[in-house]
Amino acid sequence: MVYLTRLEHFNAAHKLYNPKWSAEKNEAVFGKCANENWHGHNYELFVTIKGEVDEDTGFLFDVKKLSELIKVHVIDQLDHKNLNMDVAFMKDQMCSTENLVKAIWQQLAPHLPAAVKLHCLKLYETPRIYVEYFGE
Amino acid sequence: MSKKVAVYRREHFNAAHRLYNPQWDDATNDAVFGKCNNPNFHGHNYELEVKVSGIPDVQTGYVMDMKLLSDLIKEHVLEVFDHRNLNKDVSYFEKLNPTAENIAVVIYEILRKQLHKKFDLQVRLYETPRNFVEYPAS
Repeated sequence: MVYLTRLEHFNAAHKLYNPKWSAEKNEAVFGKCANENWHGHNYELFVTIKGEVDEDTGFLFDVKKLSELIKVHVIDQLDHKNLNMDVAFMKDQMCSTENLVKAIWQQLAPHLPAAVKLHCLKLYETPRIYVEYFGE
Repeated sequence: MSKKVAVYRREHFNAAHRLYNPQWDDATNDAVFGKCNNPNFHGHNYELEVKVSGIPDVQTGYVMDMKLLSDLIKEHVLEVFDHRNLNKDVSYFEKLNPTAENIAVVIYEILRKQLHKKFDLQVRLYETPRNFVEYPAS
């Protein structure tokens, strides 16, 4: 079993705001992140897959193909977008890093070949804050 | 021989913005600014490096107290820019496109007013880990 990681990046606007709550409660819970007019981040996404190495190619999976899958199903959907307003798969969800990483897993996992498993997604919201998700 | 020493303070903020020239039609804005023109904004983690050069004080050994520099940046820049929409929330960009270049010039002008004229000042602003600007250009 080998683990392979591909690093991609995107940037986006978002806000943390629960529409079921008052503006005051949102402010109390989410602070500056609730700013009505959005703020934004440079996100870094580490995609780790696992599987056995193919004897003929020496590859776990062609990294160019992995990059293309991430680009089509994740980056093109998120990059230079407003996560709350522009992204169908985040609709009616809180746009926290935790929820975003789970949604990215749903976007990506079905497109990998059967012999390759998605192992871990690591998503940096800032250079100092990241989440990890193992699909559990 | 110059005895000037440069001291640097690194800070960070994040913000939403959009690159858009209101004097142009949508097609021209799209052609020039591409994805950066998204009407619903996008955003960045900005990293700011402020360089202050001067002759170290004989009594303290400091060019300037870094805590004081940090407080100036926090009060006059971060409090105004952090977790904001640069186009909508920050008055400096009411009529100015918030490109990295313009943001760096604005931050320079803000800090220049706060620092004694004996100091040289330079601002470096990272919009992404791979795109950054400097003002004044050296």
